[in-house]
Amino acid sequence: MKRLNRRTRLLILTAVTAAALICMYVLGLAIPDEAVEGSFLEAGEPPSFEHIFGTDSLGRDLFTRTIKGLSLSITVGLVASAVSAVIAILVGLAAATGIKGIDGFINWLIDLTMGVPHTILIILISFALGRGFTGLLAGIAATHWCSLARLIRGEVLQLRSQQYVAISRKLGKSNRWILAHHLLPHLVPQLLVGLVLMFPHAILHEASISFLGFGLPPEQPAIGIILSESMRYLSAGMWWPAVLPGAALVLLVLLVDKLGDELKMILDPYSAQE
Amino acid sequence: MALEAKNVSFRYGSNKTWVLENKSLSLERGECLVILAPSGYGKTTLAMLLAGYLKPERGEILLDGRPLPMSGVCPVQLIFQHPEKALNPRWRMRRVLEESGAIQEDMMDEFGIERAWLDRFPRELSGGEMQRFCIARALMSGAEFIICDEISTMLDTISQAQIWELVLREAAKRDIGILAITHNRFLAGRIADRIIDLSADRG
Repeated sequence: MKRLNRRTRLLILTAVTAAALICMYVLGLAIPDEAVEGSFLEAGEPPSFEHIFGTDSLGRDLFTRTIKGLSLSITVGLVASAVSAVIAILVGLAAATGIKGIDGFINWLIDLTMGVPHTILIILISFALGRGFTGLLAGIAATHWCSLARLIRGEVLQLRSQQYVAISRKLGKSNRWILAHHLLPHLVPQLLVGLVLMFPHAILHEASISFLGFGLPPEQPAIGIILSESMRYLSAGMWWPAVLPGAALVLLVLLVDKLGDELKMILDPYSAQE
Repeated sequence: MALEAKNVSFRYGSNKTWVLENKSLSLERGECLVILAPSGYGKTTLAMLLAGYLKPERGEILLDGRPLPMSGVCPVQLIFQHPEKALNPRWRMRRVLEESGAIQEDMMDEFGIERAWLDRFPRELSGGEMQRFCIARALMSGAEFIICDEISTMLDTISQAQIWELVLREAAKRDIGILAITHNRFLAGRIADRIIDLSADRG
């Protein structure tokens, strides 16, 4: 068999990672809510062939709950990072219009948002918006756009000063044409990678805020909720509700992170040809 | 009077020293004017002013007695020293040429641009090949004046000769005014109708 070159292997790896994530997501959506209802006869059982993650104190199958939780996490991650990316690109472009006042204000806003610890800010925003799914999403979206916005701003400033952009203007092209044809194509890979790398952050924040009780309501099968419940039974020797869903969350985060790195390798012109 | 700089002064920032002070020059259609000066005498600044990339702090740049148009295709086109910076690295060469209007086949033949190059990216071409595209782009826009800011400095002598041959022939054909900037006195002697030495009249 012919040995595959690094780029082909990278592409295959990326496809596999993406497929694993999609499987997780679809599986979680496909599981009906009734499947998570448990029976008290099976409460607190350790992992077995019937329940591979064991059952929790209410007799619910932990594996199904975990998968549903991961699926929810992916939704949160997707929405939050997509919204953050949109904010980031708008802010980045606005900052790069060249108007000093706007740029200064946006830089100040970025510094302000980054200066407050994320977790506290998310808790405040989520709490103010009545917790739940929307509160949590708003909180995460409002805190995660900063670093990407700063990156986009820097990139746009650098692109705007390029000679070929100045030449384009002298060839009679409008600002909008230059934005669409010269600037945006350079920003898309940055944005895509930034979005994917933001995803694990968003997921972990969602889990930690739910764990602390400021996020999703207790009946939602979220990983943060499962972990927070597990704390009560940990001292009674029930390790599985804490360890296994926690490990699943870590696996999800690692997978997404890997996907981001792979995409970066593929899109970044410095490593694309390897 | 065609392209004209009238008592132009320029400095980068209001408390810096003047790069150009009270400079005047004029360039007719069909003429080749060479500006000669060592580094740091404001040659490139003058080029940017004449092509409308910079605004003079005092004085004015006039084209046939009127200020340069600020929008639309500029009739004065500047060709830069480094073609690799003047080309979008993500664009194929076909797009580069199309940016200044429809591709003119006869001009491509004239400039020795091979059809296969059109589907390449800038990094897949040599410096001389890239510079041909930059010059062709400037000329295809219908420029009446071209300002060549050391366009052949990074080329070997044979490519220099070829490039200037092409530029001069095309300029003569279309009655284009050329303002060429160079360090090279020998090159200046070969191409110039008139030479201005910026270092001569600085106090």
